[in-house]
Amino acid sequence: MVLPSSEAATRSAMHDDGLISSPGAWAKEVRQSAAERAQNQGLPERRDEYWKYTRPDFFVQESVTLEAQVSPKIQIFNNQLKAEILFENAVLAAETLPKVANCSIESLDDAADLDLHWVSDIYGKLELAGQYPVRRSLAALNTAKASQGVLVHATGQVSDPIRIHAVCAGRTDAIIHHVVKVDAGASVTLIETGQYGARCNVVMEVEVADTGHFHHIRVQDDHEIHALTHIFARIGADSTFKSFTMTSGGKMTRNECILELIGDNSAVSVAGACLGDNDFHHDDTVFITHDAVNCESRQVFKKVLRNGAVGVFQGKILVKAGAQKTDGYQISQSLLLDEDSQFLAKPELEIYADDVACSHGSTCGAIDEQALFYLRSRGIPEAKAVDLLTLSFMAQAIEEIEDSKISAAILNHLTDTLEAR
Amino acid sequence: MAMDDVQVKDGVDAETVDAVIALSGAYKYGWNTEIEMEYAPKGLSEDIVRLISSKNEEPKWMLEWRLAAYRRWLELKEPDWAMVEYPKIDFQDQYYYARPKSMEEKPKSLDDVDPKLLETYKKLGIPLKEQALLAGVEAPEGERRVAVDAVFDSVSLGTTFQAELLQAGVIFCSISEAIREHPDLVKRYLGTVVPVSDNYYATLNSAVFSDGSFVYIPPGVRCPMELSTYFRINAENTGQFERTLIIADKEAYVSYLEGCTAPQRDVAQLHAAVVELVLLDDAEIKYSTVQNWYPGDENGKGGIYNFVTKRADCRGDRSKVMWTQVETGSAVTWKYPSCVLRGDDSQGEFYSIAIANNMQQADTGTKMVHLGKNTKSRIVSKGISAGKAQNTYRGLVSMHPKAKNSRNYTQCDSLLIGDKCGAHTVPYIEVKNNSSRVEHEATTSKVDDDQLFYCRSRGMGEEDAVALVVNGFCKEVLQALPMEFAMEAQALVAISLEGSVG
Repeated sequence: MVLPSSEAATRSAMHDDGLISSPGAWAKEVRQSAAERAQNQGLPERRDEYWKYTRPDFFVQESVTLEAQVSPKIQIFNNQLKAEILFENAVLAAETLPKVANCSIESLDDAADLDLHWVSDIYGKLELAGQYPVRRSLAALNTAKASQGVLVHATGQVSDPIRIHAVCAGRTDAIIHHVVKVDAGASVTLIETGQYGARCNVVMEVEVADTGHFHHIRVQDDHEIHALTHIFARIGADSTFKSFTMTSGGKMTRNECILELIGDNSAVSVAGACLGDNDFHHDDTVFITHDAVNCESRQVFKKVLRNGAVGVFQGKILVKAGAQKTDGYQISQSLLLDEDSQFLAKPELEIYADDVACSHGSTCGAIDEQALFYLRSRGIPEAKAVDLLTLSFMAQAIEEIEDSKISAAILNHLTDTLEAR
Repeated sequence: MAMDDVQVKDGVDAETVDAVIALSGAYKYGWNTEIEMEYAPKGLSEDIVRLISSKNEEPKWMLEWRLAAYRRWLELKEPDWAMVEYPKIDFQDQYYYARPKSMEEKPKSLDDVDPKLLETYKKLGIPLKEQALLAGVEAPEGERRVAVDAVFDSVSLGTTFQAELLQAGVIFCSISEAIREHPDLVKRYLGTVVPVSDNYYATLNSAVFSDGSFVYIPPGVRCPMELSTYFRINAENTGQFERTLIIADKEAYVSYLEGCTAPQRDVAQLHAAVVELVLLDDAEIKYSTVQNWYPGDENGKGGIYNFVTKRADCRGDRSKVMWTQVETGSAVTWKYPSCVLRGDDSQGEFYSIAIANNMQQADTGTKMVHLGKNTKSRIVSKGISAGKAQNTYRGLVSMHPKAKNSRNYTQCDSLLIGDKCGAHTVPYIEVKNNSSRVEHEATTSKVDDDQLFYCRSRGMGEEDAVALVVNGFCKEVLQALPMEFAMEAQALVAISLEGSVG
């Protein structure tokens, strides 16, 4: 798939007058080559196969069209976690950077001006590796332009989750770039809540060393948002990577996750639960590359949609030659609560090794009338019964979260969100 | 591919490996008939289009139709989205029309056809001689009769049993004859299922198709015998562009078979066909293909590029179409027999086994477009790759907003034999109403619980029960094949999808 190069569009989206930040140090070269990459590839267009079900318009146009509303209706994890980092209107509140044992947390803005920094081995590198076979120019653009972000380096077991919370108002155009490095034997959990801007372009690069463990939880519930996120991760041997996203807001959200398994015996999971209502378009795009022996990958996505909401799933498992004993699992399911909602899916497999098991399932349908009837016959009002069935439908995705405290919090949040609507 | 140099993973049945190799191994139909041919000049231009049209003694409207297609084709781009790689085709380095010299004077009956040509078909196992029926004596059991339209390079040699079929009201003839003899029917339906500008190869076909088959089954008629077309590419550097149009009027039924072979040549040859099926209310068409074009040699030299557009339009309510295909040949396959389920309660089914060996590349699948209410579709696809072959299933299931209460079940499995080949799946699922159900699954992940329970209750171990159910499923494709493909089916029975990758 080749993105048609449209230089003018790229240039306007890059707003060249803004120039690339960070004058010197390691960041300069990386940013410049990323800018060139974005320019050469051109920005995504409607007719691109890779953007078949989601229009890229809002992400490439010059202006931000939505006004973000501060403070969502329902709060999650508030005042529950010891380590919290705050972003206000797409800017890191540096004074909130917490001190955490076995972990260094820094601001990208500060690190970019240094001559040497560990992040130079990762920043833009994983994004670059993720540009093939599909070009992700908006991620390259992010590498070139982002000045705000958090750099997390876990050197041992980090006992408490670290939360990044973002609040915004007005027409903030956020370009955020986080980098996470998990050393051998180390483990860390990162929770992202809130939204950085009315329009977001967020990239997170994650390097998990052999025997490292990384968990990522994300809650997207602000509605007046156009969000595009990318996670690029490289996973070593005997390690874990798990990412879960709960989405109940956002006019248009596209979450891309590009994982590469390069060490043997590792396990990854990418999951999502999505509750869509009205003018809601949600796209999960996952690309998992198996380039090592005996690894397991799971993709579990559940969407419940109503009032014309649209759910998209594009998932792919690529098993390279030699990646024997791969166990790939992919399931995307959608529950359409009314006539107007849509589910569009492309669950792909590309396999070049013979001793592997990859399954991909995708289903779509209405709520089970019999189950509904059963609940109603037990005296549960219809709306409540639908909510209960929604919760049970979502359960498989939420079960992908390892930490039971977090999964309980997500489940509560989901219940509250259902009750509030 | 020889058996000894393949490392097969545990769990893959040895019988399966043998069967795949036997099916896709040495090409049996690679010989060539020495015969004097008449060619149109090489290359493609408006003049060639005019020439083909005049050779077929076509009316003016048909020529205009072709020219419009040709002009449209010039504006189109060759598609590159399929997972196949091949050197760029030089469309000017091909012959677009080749016919045996002896066919210059159209033979009045099959008896007048050059014996050499008849011999060719005999060698392929296709009897063109009608077995005369003795008055009052039924055909012996097991010897079902099949009417055949034999297409040799660019022309149809003749169609058997025409007179008998006509008694039942069935029209079965070459498309060139239909354009001359039944222009109203052709005009009404040609290009209405696959429009002239549908895609690059269909448009090319619309401009230069030279022959093919035409079938019309009148209302209420169950076609008294199986109809069949046998395509043979013989001439070198010649593309075959055939066009098939089958119309099943209200409550009509027909089963149609298609076979194809080509000689072994070093240079790849192009085959770009279009098949259009039209089904009115309560009509049913069974369309079965055993595609065995020359696949090229072990190093990928030569072979047929098979770029085919096949589509059925279930216009009528309660109509039913069934595509069954066994794909073992061709160097490159690009083929998606599709169903447009327009009529309410219409049904589409697609059963496919695609076997690719050596350097073969197959990108095949189906599209089920649900437009009418209560429409049903079912897809069962088995892809098997061996050697260095690449096999891709590509499919679309689309439920439009008005296709209420529709249902789709898709199952596609792949099996890899050896570690140098590839198996890929690219399904598209688009659901735009909530009363429809769509399921896309792989056998390995989902086995029918009831069947499993039954086997278990009869004392079978869990694993044996799963194996039995899974194997039974593969055979479902074979059961959909008509009797005439019994030979092929027998060879395929040995294939099991145990150890499939997903």
